[in-house]
Amino acid sequence: MDQIIIQTLHGLVNGMVLAMVASGLTLIFGIMDIVNFAHGDLLMLGAFVGASVLGVTGNYWLALLVAAVVIAALGVVLQVTTLRPLIGRDPLTTILATFGISLVLQKYALWQWGPTVRRISEPVPGDFTLFHLQYPWYRIATAVLAGLIIGGLWLFLKYGKYGIWIRATTQDRVMAQAMGIPVPLVYTAVFAIGSAMAAASGVLFGPFAGVTQTMGFDFTLRAFIVVVVGGMGNLGGSILASIFVSLLESYASIVVSPAQAVIVSFVVLVLTMLFRPTGLFVPTPK
Amino acid sequence: MTAMPAARPRPPAVGYWIGFGVVVVLLVIAPLVLPPFWQRFATEILVWGLLAMSSDILIGYTGMVSFGHSAFFGLGMYGAAAALLTVKPPSLGLALLYGLVAAGAAAVFVAYFATRLRDIYFAISTLVFSQIFYVIIFTWTEVTGGENGLTFSQPRLTIPGLWSDRFTPVTFHWFVLAVVVLSYLLVRRITQSPFGMVLQSIRENEPRTRAIGYHVERYKIVAVMLSGLFAGLSGVLYALQNKFAAPDFVFFVVSGEVVIFNVMGGMGTLVGPFTGAAFFLLLREGLSRLPYLAEYYLIPLGIIFIIMIIFLPQGLLGFLRRRLNA
Repeated sequence: MDQIIIQTLHGLVNGMVLAMVASGLTLIFGIMDIVNFAHGDLLMLGAFVGASVLGVTGNYWLALLVAAVVIAALGVVLQVTTLRPLIGRDPLTTILATFGISLVLQKYALWQWGPTVRRISEPVPGDFTLFHLQYPWYRIATAVLAGLIIGGLWLFLKYGKYGIWIRATTQDRVMAQAMGIPVPLVYTAVFAIGSAMAAASGVLFGPFAGVTQTMGFDFTLRAFIVVVVGGMGNLGGSILASIFVSLLESYASIVVSPAQAVIVSFVVLVLTMLFRPTGLFVPTPK
Repeated sequence: MTAMPAARPRPPAVGYWIGFGVVVVLLVIAPLVLPPFWQRFATEILVWGLLAMSSDILIGYTGMVSFGHSAFFGLGMYGAAAALLTVKPPSLGLALLYGLVAAGAAAVFVAYFATRLRDIYFAISTLVFSQIFYVIIFTWTEVTGGENGLTFSQPRLTIPGLWSDRFTPVTFHWFVLAVVVLSYLLVRRITQSPFGMVLQSIRENEPRTRAIGYHVERYKIVAVMLSGLFAGLSGVLYALQNKFAAPDFVFFVVSGEVVIFNVMGGMGTLVGPFTGAAFFLLLREGLSRLPYLAEYYLIPLGIIFIIMIIFLPQGLLGFLRRRLNA
C-alpha cells in the first residue's frame, strides 16, 4: 500500500514536469504543424545553461530565468533560419529539419560542456518522511512550480491579447492574417515560448537526475507520446495525458525495472492511436 | 511531387543500363585497387545503402516516412547472431534465413499497427515500435547479451556441392555486392510492377487510390513488410561483416541516419539512398579527420543536412529521378 502511495506521488511529480515539456511541444504543433524533434534537446541545452548560471551566481531562480530567456532567443534564431523557409512544405520536411537541429544541438552540448553529468543543486532544502522514505520537498516544489507555469501559460492564452492572437492563428491562420494579426511573428513567438518552456522544465528536472547531453531524446520521445495520447495540439489533453502516462509508468515500475516500465507508455500510445487517434482526453469529434 | 505523365511507350533506357553497368564494374574492381581501410569502407557503404534503399520503398515510393528502420536492421543482426551461435557449424544460409525471419516477423507486427496511421503519426509510431524492440533487446540480457551485445565468428562462404572457403575482405565485398545488386534489381522491378504503381498512386493521392477500389491498407502493409525484409537483409550483412550484434544498432539514431541518407541522396530513386549513404559516410570520414572537429563531425554535418533540406529537397540525384525510374 505504501508503495502505491509513494509511486502515486512520484508519478504526479514526474507527470507535472513532463506536462511542462509537452505543453511547449503541443503549442508548437497546434499552431505551426511542426513536429519538433529538437524539443528535448532545447530542454537539455536549457538545463546546461541553467547549470552554468547556477555555477557562477549560485542563484537557482536566476538560473531558471536566464535559461528560459537564452533558449527562447535560440528558438527565435532556429525558427527564422530553418523553419520559416519550410512553411508551406510537406510537414514531414519539418520533422527532418528539426531532427537535423537536434543532432547539431546535442553535439554542440557535448563540445561545450563535455560528457560528464552536471548536477543542479536543489533550491528547496529538506525532506519529509513518507513511510520508510525521506521524500525531498524539492520534488513537491517542482510539481507546484510546473503547475504554476502551465497555469500562467493557460491564462496568457485565454486572456492575454497576444494569447488571443495565438489562439486565433491556431483556429484559422488565413482569417487571422486577414484580421491584421502578424502571423509570421506569431509563429516565431510561439516557437520561442515553446523553447522557453522546454528550457525551464530542463532546469526544473535538473536536480532529479543530473544533466547530460543525451537526456534530450528521452524527453522528446516521452513528450511525443503524451502529446499524441492527449490529442495533438490540445493543451489540456497533453497535461492530463502526461500525468496519466507518468502514473502508469510509476505503478509499472513497482513490478518491473524502470527501464522496462517505459514500454507501458509505448503500449498506451499504440492503443490510443489504434482506437482513439484523436486523443484520449478530448471530446469525441463529430 | 509531380503527377505521372500519361502512359506512352517507354524509350529503351540505354543510358540507364550503361550507367548501371559502369557503376557495377567499378564496384567489382574497387576492392582490388583500394587500400584495406577504404576496401572495408566501400563494403560498408553498400550495406548502409541497402538499408537506406529498403526505406526508400516507403519514403520515396509510398510516401510514408519510417523512423523505425533500426528495428528491422537490428533484428536482422540478432537473427544472424542467433543462427551463428546456436547452429554448429555456422552456416551462411541459416544466418540469412534467421535474420530475414526475425526482421520479417518484426515488420509484420509493425506493419499491422503502424499502417493504420498516416503522415507524422506513422513516423512517430514506427519510432516508438523501434524503441520497444530496443528496450527489450537492451534489458533481456540472458538472451541478447544486453548492453554488450553478442559476438560470433564469420561463417564460411559455401555454395553447396561446389565450393567452400573462408571470407576474405575482397570476397566478402563481392558477396555483399552480389546481394545488393540482386536486391536493387528486385526492388526496381517491384516498384515498376503494377503493385509498385499502386504504391506510387498512394503517395500521390491516397483517397483517390482508395476510391478507385484498391485496398490501400493491404498495399501499405505489404510495402512495410518488403521494406523490413530488405532492411533485415542489410542487418545480416552488417553482422557478418563485423561479427557482432549490438543494441546500439537498434537505437533510433540508426533510423535517423537512414532517413538522412534518403534525403541527401534523393528519395524515390533507389540509387539515391546509396549515393546519400556514400556522401554521408565520406563526409563523416573527412570531417572527423579535421583538427578540432573529430567526434563533433555531426555539427557541420547536421548543418549541411538542414541546408540541403531547405535548398535541395530532391537530394543529390533528384534531378535524375525520371531517368532512374525509366
